Amino acid sequence: MAATIQIENLSKDYPFGFLHLKTKTSLEGLTMNVEEGEVFGFLGPNGAGKSTTIKLLMGLIFPTTGTARILDKPITDIEMHQDIGYLPEQPYFYDYLTAGELLDYFARFHHLTATDRRTRVDRVLKKVGLDTARKIQLRKYSKGMLQRVGLAQAILHQPKVVILDEPMSGLDPIGRREVRDIILELKRDGKTVLFSTHILSDAEMLCDRVGVIVGGKLRGVGAPDEIVGLKTQGLEILFEYSGTAGKTLPLLGSATRTGNRYRLQISESELYAGLDQLRDAGAKLLSVTQVKASLEEYFMHLVAEDRTQASAIEVSGK
Amino acid sequence: MNRVAVVALNTFREAVRDRVLYNLVFFALLMIAAAVLVGQISVGIEQEVIVTLGLSAISVIGLLIAVFIGVALVSKEMDKRTLYALLAKPVHRWQFLLGKFFGLLLTLFVNLIAMSVGLFAAMWFLKQSLVRSDLVILIAVYFILLKLAVVVALALLFSCYTTPLLSILFTAGLYVSGLFVKEMRTIHNEMTSRALQVFLRWLSYILPNFQNFDVMGAAAHGRSIPGSLVLENTAYAALYCAIVLVLASAVFSRKNLK
Repeated sequence: MAATIQIENLSKDYPFGFLHLKTKTSLEGLTMNVEEGEVFGFLGPNGAGKSTTIKLLMGLIFPTTGTARILDKPITDIEMHQDIGYLPEQPYFYDYLTAGELLDYFARFHHLTATDRRTRVDRVLKKVGLDTARKIQLRKYSKGMLQRVGLAQAILHQPKVVILDEPMSGLDPIGRREVRDIILELKRDGKTVLFSTHILSDAEMLCDRVGVIVGGKLRGVGAPDEIVGLKTQGLEILFEYSGTAGKTLPLLGSATRTGNRYRLQISESELYAGLDQLRDAGAKLLSVTQVKASLEEYFMHLVAEDRTQASAIEVSGK
Repeated sequence: MNRVAVVALNTFREAVRDRVLYNLVFFALLMIAAAVLVGQISVGIEQEVIVTLGLSAISVIGLLIAVFIGVALVSKEMDKRTLYALLAKPVHRWQFLLGKFFGLLLTLFVNLIAMSVGLFAAMWFLKQSLVRSDLVILIAVYFILLKLAVVVALALLFSCYTTPLLSILFTAGLYVSGLFVKEMRTIHNEMTSRALQVFLRWLSYILPNFQNFDVMGAAAHGRSIPGSLVLENTAYAALYCAIVLVLASAVFSRKNLK
């Protein structure tokens, strides 16, 4: 069966300069799939190309090259939007409308009767915690409340695919928790969810798989555990030592000290030589554990790598 | 409900809630003042003065709304990014544009009806009666609405590919040029340069001819307006709007949103 979201070699260049003769690549050859019923987290720092990808999928901007399909239909097919819910980044809506009016307005673009519209608007407002504020004009809403309205309009028509651009942005801890619950509920209902975020703990908690994008390029895709496992960070040795630092145990120079306990991170190839040094110096070995990088460390590693490459290109004048 | 109609009704609601109809208060005050003054200073030409003043005010107020709100119809949605959530619904970009166009047209229609009622009230105050020939004023108002429809279409087109300020300048520039189309057609024969002659002739056909919509003189004097002109102007405005809106849709359909 075809994946729910299929992206193939998608690129986006933006022209800039007075005559638009120069171009800046925002997304480069993105190829990935999101399977049916999975929660997929799209991770990356600001300006990495997450929103560009999502806007391309929603038809708000057009690709320079490449194609994408959602529910086996090309992204140019507007009718496909009957089955897609979308939350834009930092959403803003018609501020002269109330939340109830806005949702009713959006519901009119779907094949819903007046009774269905009313029922769904009521239900979804309750779900995002805005049922008591439904008659207040949106111009009086806080950023967090607008985010909730955005989420409400994205799930109002019970779409099969929900695409959320930074859904946790602007929310307080309670709001974030509620959004997480909604995403999990969507998953339980069998919906496919693609959301972008730079809050890694949310991605680790919610996602079946994540894709990490840095500098417009996809740097890795997989389950959070699997993806960070690809980059093992060696081993950590924990030991106690009360001798004079640096004299009899050169390893101490790169260890972190807490009291008379030392924590040292080394590669697998250095392990036995390191253990020999500890034994010779009379240190007490407490543990040797494999360092499992967190998603955050993996993410930071990719970002740092990208910055190094970018500065190398700058220095070489390319 | 038809998607174009949904967008149109929301555009009308926006205009109402953003207090666009407040201009009617200004118009009402103008008409009251004019009726009182004209009654005192113009002897025998009260109707002419009040109709000319009333229709001019209707035209100017309508133009201001058509240009300024017409330009903001799309640019405001792009700037505030309210368009993102809407275009993620099953709505074609051309449906959005048409909805915006008809929404503003509905706003102008309601405005023009209300201002016409004000004008007739002022006339009744002056003459203490209304006659059948006064209905010509309604045709003049209808022509103003047709003219405004063309202006809104042009404002929409420009706002699809340039900044609001430039859109206002281009729309206003085209409006003013459109008031001199007949002169352009006569003057081109006097040009010595053949290229300039051809250019001016083509330009006079491409530019919207707003002179055809001006029947203020006939309305002020109660002269009848031929039915053929009503049909001709209706067809002209409809065709011109259709062409401009197709162009606007073509531009907007390829536009990358920010």
